[in-house]
Amino acid sequence: MSHTPNTLTAGRLAPAALWGLLAASLAVSTALFGLIAASNGSALNIIGLVVAAGALYLAASWAISRVVEGRRRALDRLMTAAVTAAFLLALVPLISLAVTAFVNGLARFDATFFTWSMRNVVGAGGGALAAIVGTLFITGAAIIISVPIGLMTAIYLVEYGTGRMARIVTFLVDVMTGIPSIVAGLFAYALLSLVFQDPGYRAGFGGAIALSLLMIPVVVRSTEEMLRLVPSELREASLALGVPKWRTIVKVVLPTAVAGIVTGVMISISRIIGETAPLLLVAGATASMNYNLFAERMMTLPVFVYTQYMNQGTDSQAYIDRAWTGALTLILIVALLNIGARIIAKLAAPKGER
Amino acid sequence: MTVATVAGKARLGDRVFRGAAVTAGALILVVLAAVALFLIVEALPALGAPAETYGAKAESFWSYVAPFAFGTVWAAVLALLMAVPVAIGIALFISHYAPRRLAQGLGYVIDLLAAVPSVVYGLWGITVLAPLVQPFYVSLSESFGWIPLLAGPVSGTGRTILTVAIVLAVMVLPIITALCREVFLQTPRLREEAALALGATRWEMVRMTVLPFGRPGIISAAMLGLGRALGETMAVAMVLSPSAVISFFLLTSQNPNTIAANIALNFPEASGLGVNLLIATGLVLFVITLAVNMIARAIVARFKEFSGATE
Repeated sequence: MSHTPNTLTAGRLAPAALWGLLAASLAVSTALFGLIAASNGSALNIIGLVVAAGALYLAASWAISRVVEGRRRALDRLMTAAVTAAFLLALVPLISLAVTAFVNGLARFDATFFTWSMRNVVGAGGGALAAIVGTLFITGAAIIISVPIGLMTAIYLVEYGTGRMARIVTFLVDVMTGIPSIVAGLFAYALLSLVFQDPGYRAGFGGAIALSLLMIPVVVRSTEEMLRLVPSELREASLALGVPKWRTIVKVVLPTAVAGIVTGVMISISRIIGETAPLLLVAGATASMNYNLFAERMMTLPVFVYTQYMNQGTDSQAYIDRAWTGALTLILIVALLNIGARIIAKLAAPKGER
Repeated sequence: MTVATVAGKARLGDRVFRGAAVTAGALILVVLAAVALFLIVEALPALGAPAETYGAKAESFWSYVAPFAFGTVWAAVLALLMAVPVAIGIALFISHYAPRRLAQGLGYVIDLLAAVPSVVYGLWGITVLAPLVQPFYVSLSESFGWIPLLAGPVSGTGRTILTVAIVLAVMVLPIITALCREVFLQTPRLREEAALALGATRWEMVRMTVLPFGRPGIISAAMLGLGRALGETMAVAMVLSPSAVISFFLLTSQNPNTIAANIALNFPEASGLGVNLLIATGLVLFVITLAVNMIARAIVARFKEFSGATE
């Protein structure tokens, strides 16, 4: 936008004026909060400062624009600023969470944490090996259960399903997506305690069942989407060559969509690996190692974080540190899964969209 | 069918594979039926249980579950009141305000919020957020205590239902944002350009074309977010300092607990009829979330029929 007098830009605020206004609001707000901090000797209230500066800017830019540009443009400026503020607001918890997890988590991010269990550990020391092993076992079992079922259901919906049954299955997958995780845990407990006639049933396998219930709909949804992206010309060409339908699916459709399917599975793993509530109910909590999915309580990383924080001993800082390190480990695992999924999707993307 | 008649008889491999696919589809049906069935079977004993099962405060199952059901809905609604306006703002920012090149990256950033495990949110809520907002609650109650919702005495820890609602709002923000963003991007380009050509400012264009077009999408996104917030367990269990009351006060230390958090807190030590009782409350939660999700889906389905917009 040029600053020479111009009929097209006359009566508009120059961008520089708005930046100046932002700087001025920041300065005024800093002065104000600086005075308050100096007068009663408290620390500078940074949150209040930023919020006040933002509000001041919103009001001032609206008022000035109202005078110079008129009511409609003033409202437009106000809404632009409000929408941007909404986005910045969402970044606050994200940044705060990441920073807190890293700062507090690094305290115990050491070799002991990854090579020790909590057996006979009171106070400082100890680690999350039992929890990490348990998470690997239970998540692995959940993957083994849900990927084949999810994959075949998606194949059914895309390649075979027609009419009423397909509609019902689609609807039920939607319903499954909405099952609260704690209800999935209750179901796994109810099922297994009835099957084994053991009202105190706790085992890793129950956790795997609960997680599968949460994972299957995600796998079905993402696989279904990917299979629908496969061009039907590919299927028709293969069928026209006399290839049986099942070999067409296995040799043509699935390989074309494989990158998307793997991505979907990885995203679904990252979704369930941090689940706490169902595991707390059916897998329980323990301080010891357990390599058997089908007997005894099994610790998992999210439950480890929860129990460390909720059952603090006398040396509470040691427990809090362990909880944060567990949380940091979880965040890193989830982040790695997500990044890996994106890389796979990027690397193999041209295949499906040729 | 036609293939079978031409070939005379379907190939063995085809029959086996088809059978496997149909079985998997049917399994979904069976699993959901099993969920309902097993929960009901395990819940039934709690309904007619002797009065002492329900603890000191309640004498029947319904009076036991009522405060928790209230707390569940109350916390979720509060969370939604905060999350929906912000989510619409973020979605608009990403779809219509941010520079085109940045938009996708900014979308990923918001999706990161969805990747954080709920137990980490709980930990963050109790160690960072609660102490941070507590002094703010005090001054809020001092200046606006005449509003019944904000009446004191203010909790000394900040672990109130409002803090829980803030954490829940952050947790449901990404899902609402993602859905709104998708709907906003589907706004017919010609309508937007027509509005701009008539001299509308950007906000007027958004208000006249994007928001009316996206309204059903916003509603269903909010409902799906509500479903998520209703079932959220760990953040509530860790942050809230609970008691079994029905109370609308936002800042006191007497907060209604939610069904999910109550189960998580009491299940590990429960035995006998206590287990059945908790499963029965879980069934109530299941029914509530099911109803909310179904309404959301119904709105989405209607929306697709009438707008002519595809996926």
